[in-house]
Amino acid sequence: MNYDLVIIGGGPAGLAAAVAAKEDGIDNLIILEREDELGGILNQCIHNGFGLHTFKEELTGPEYAQRFIDKVNELSIEYKLDTMVLDITEDKTIYAINPKEGLLEIHAKAIILAMGCRERPRGALTIPGTRCSGIMTAGAAQKFVNMKNYMPGKEVVVLGSGDIGLIMARRMTFEGAKVKAVVELLPYSSGLKRNIVQCLDDYDIPLKLSHTVVNIHGKERLEGVTIAKVDSNRKPIKETEEYISCDTLLLSVGLLPENELSRKVGVELSPVTGGAVVDNHFQTSVEGIFSCGNVLHVHDLVDNVTLESYSAGKNASKYLKGQLNKAETIKVEAVEGVRYTVPHYINPSTVEKDITIRFRVGDVFKGAAIAVYFDDTKVLNKKKRILTPGEMEEVKLTSDLFSQYPGVRTITLKVERS
Amino acid sequence: MEKRELTCIGCPMGCTLLIELDENDQIRVTGNACKIGETYAIKECTNPTRIVTTTVKVRGGKHPTVSIKTDKDIPKDKIFDCIKALKDLTVDAPINVGDIIYENILGTGVNMVATRKIERC
Amino acid sequence: MYDVVIVGAGVVGCAIAREISRYKLKSLVLEKENDVCSGTSKANSAIIHAGHDALPETLKGKLNAKANLMFDKLAEELDFHFRRNGSLVLCFDEKDMDKLYELKKRGETNGVPNLQILSGDEVRKMEPNVSDEVVAALYAPTGGIVCPFNLTIALAENANVNGVEFNFNSEVLSITKLEDGFEIKTKDKTIKTKILVNAAGVYGDKLNNMVSEHKFTIIPRKGEYNLFDKYVGNLTDKTLFQLPTKLGKGVLVTPTVDGNLLVGPNAVDIEDKDDVSTTREGLDDIMERTSLSVKSLPKGSIITSFSGLRARSEKDDFIIGEAPDVPGFINASSIESPGLTCAPLIGVMVSDIIKDKLKPQPNENFNPKRKGITRFNDLSLEEKKQVIKERPEYGRIVCRCESVTEGEIVDAINRPLGAKDLDGIKRRTRAGAGRCQSGFCISRTMELLHSELNIPPTEITKFGKASKILVGTNKESI
Repeated sequence: MNYDLVIIGGGPAGLAAAVAAKEDGIDNLIILEREDELGGILNQCIHNGFGLHTFKEELTGPEYAQRFIDKVNELSIEYKLDTMVLDITEDKTIYAINPKEGLLEIHAKAIILAMGCRERPRGALTIPGTRCSGIMTAGAAQKFVNMKNYMPGKEVVVLGSGDIGLIMARRMTFEGAKVKAVVELLPYSSGLKRNIVQCLDDYDIPLKLSHTVVNIHGKERLEGVTIAKVDSNRKPIKETEEYISCDTLLLSVGLLPENELSRKVGVELSPVTGGAVVDNHFQTSVEGIFSCGNVLHVHDLVDNVTLESYSAGKNASKYLKGQLNKAETIKVEAVEGVRYTVPHYINPSTVEKDITIRFRVGDVFKGAAIAVYFDDTKVLNKKKRILTPGEMEEVKLTSDLFSQYPGVRTITLKVERS
Repeated sequence: MEKRELTCIGCPMGCTLLIELDENDQIRVTGNACKIGETYAIKECTNPTRIVTTTVKVRGGKHPTVSIKTDKDIPKDKIFDCIKALKDLTVDAPINVGDIIYENILGTGVNMVATRKIERC
Repeated sequence: MYDVVIVGAGVVGCAIAREISRYKLKSLVLEKENDVCSGTSKANSAIIHAGHDALPETLKGKLNAKANLMFDKLAEELDFHFRRNGSLVLCFDEKDMDKLYELKKRGETNGVPNLQILSGDEVRKMEPNVSDEVVAALYAPTGGIVCPFNLTIALAENANVNGVEFNFNSEVLSITKLEDGFEIKTKDKTIKTKILVNAAGVYGDKLNNMVSEHKFTIIPRKGEYNLFDKYVGNLTDKTLFQLPTKLGKGVLVTPTVDGNLLVGPNAVDIEDKDDVSTTREGLDDIMERTSLSVKSLPKGSIITSFSGLRARSEKDDFIIGEAPDVPGFINASSIESPGLTCAPLIGVMVSDIIKDKLKPQPNENFNPKRKGITRFNDLSLEEKKQVIKERPEYGRIVCRCESVTEGEIVDAINRPLGAKDLDGIKRRTRAGAGRCQSGFCISRTMELLHSELNIPPTEITKFGKASKILVGTNKESI
């Protein structure tokens, strides 16, 4: 099988990338999706809050996904479901399987990696205690509750106050469970304020900041957890230990981009994001292979996934048309408060109107500013009332800016306090 | 309501809002950094409403549940009654996004609509 | 009346069962948990020891080296994963060199072949990640690694296919001595047998002391482990042991036969025979002590932790043989390291005792060969194509992290002594053993248990009894 463009993953990233590539003229393309339907993780995100920027409406996850599924069908974009990619070789041969067709060998001229991310499990945190049932990641619980009509528990403690944990606290409450506490290691929640109010405060669910789970009890099924306050080094303080009886512990302790396939094909990964290192075309270190969405870096808003993936799709199309030149790229440095940027490299000669640099900060900053330097010259200063790690931010650099400063060697992003 | 404290959800600032009834029984909001906070505070104190999202069972469909939502906000204090009313509901496939699953829930004039497409199987 | 009842379906009980299935004996294995391999056999270092540690005058010393050499043939017959990767006992102090030489001598007395002392530099040449603290090491090329689940399940399946019955959730509640044997009561039935074999792990003392005046005590010795992602599985190819220092018996760093990295165990004597919890102190301790052996351990790559209990008695050796005062009651007890290694030979030993007593006819239908579950991930492209054509279920990946297909899971459920719970599937197929620890595959795996065994989803457990995954349906308690 030969395709110009193969998109791995039919969630919001893959769908948007496919639509953009098709609209830019690439007809010979296909989406490979491992589930038995398109939509990715959105299918189980039944809460609303999606699409405010994209559609100026507040939609639920499945509704947002359906808009793109409809578009894919409208544009007659080919896709295969129930199809898992096993391997990608350096010559862009993709090996995938599905029950109907067996082993598929697909030759691609360009590939877009849009595999999304997975959840960090209990084991990765080495939380001690028993290995009873009743411990699950919030996303796995979400799938049971929202897609299968099953409840994973009756009395719940949630570890991690990221959005998935907060959303599931409310969801479990809605379906009849009692959520006893949301426990958060950091002194602040990385979730949206709106979710704190509408998922916790509304239901009197206590949020225990600067706390963590230090022990898990229960011989066969979970019976309770011991939590403790942590000090400034995030180490538990023994004297503050407290037992909460519960039969369910939901973990919302981090999302990890799922880059197993990227590793197989030799794509360079960033140790900070866990995703590919890309330039402003979303092209990875392997020519013709692009990356976008949560597999590139974990997003908060699906609207940004869509924008990013439109760009990746359009650039993959340009690549196929021979329009992406290989000019010198400038490295983008993330320092002093900025944890990482996407892209990591910029090719100034291909910036049409402007490019968006998305980034996250490593701490909470109030009344600070994001400064962009071209070598030693500050070229942009964006004041922000608040910057938090839980909110992805962006700055736009115009092509004019690049014309003003030809020969710039390094672009630096940093947080500057006023 | 004499005094009340709220966290504004308008933006990541999360201003702590203080809401009081002044001498003329007017609502006074302080602590907000912008108008969004004031509007939010007044609404939250006089008529807090929410969109409710949940699932109900499906019969004869590719999936056993369909996700649904209120097509408009409903009063916050009606949330649990709304969910209770849906407890024994089973809907037949096929279902399309936007289909009305339950009309006029609890007499609020708000409908429960499907947010997901479920094909027949 | 049964000829033989074996109590305990761990690696020792199953090894004995497999050996006696060579004969026409009406045999039964009673296991108190929901599956084979549920006790110590599922939570250990997975090492096939070369045999230089055990004291020559002990049973451990006499059996280890010989048992080690059985594994190549056994792995081929029973189709389980075994690799002779070799082991190194690391020495960190010149002053301890004599201990290293002593180990070598002991090993040679025990019949361990090809032992060599290597210098620190030679060790680092062999294993570049070994720390600079290492001054020398004892290299044992016959050391190996095995999948303890594969091994135990393979032995059990082979025993079962060759005629041995297995009853699960059948804890022995009482034993009464009869004229010609024993009467055993479980919660479901009363069983009579001529011979009773005690392979009850940490509960071996309880069982023995029910009938024999030659009592012994088993003190569970807890050992905790951290398991690392396959991405760091090649940190070392050889199993790295530590020469016991003043701090006690060392921790090991080893690849597993599936490509993960395993670190541990510590050694803490406890009272509660059911306590397999991990502890903060224990997990931190093994990480700290491992830093002696390797230059650095990628702590961020841990995917899970677990703990196991070794059955240790004051005798400090295996207790194998008929109880002196109770003919027909055969102990295969107090099995701690090198228990996994010696299990096949213990099986033969106990089988010989039974043979001697009952003089059974051979089982002409005995088939020593057992074919394991086809591991899709290990097949060539052509083989993959072929197997999906024959069985479309092999064309659907259920466990993304370990590339396990629906076909393998269905097979795991439907084979002799098939999986009935999630841990059973995990131990037979590796679905759920990967880096996301079943987050992705759990709902699909449960669906397969439901469709293959007709278990309602709310009754499906992690490992039997009360370890259910789901509590009910949505809005049930509203």
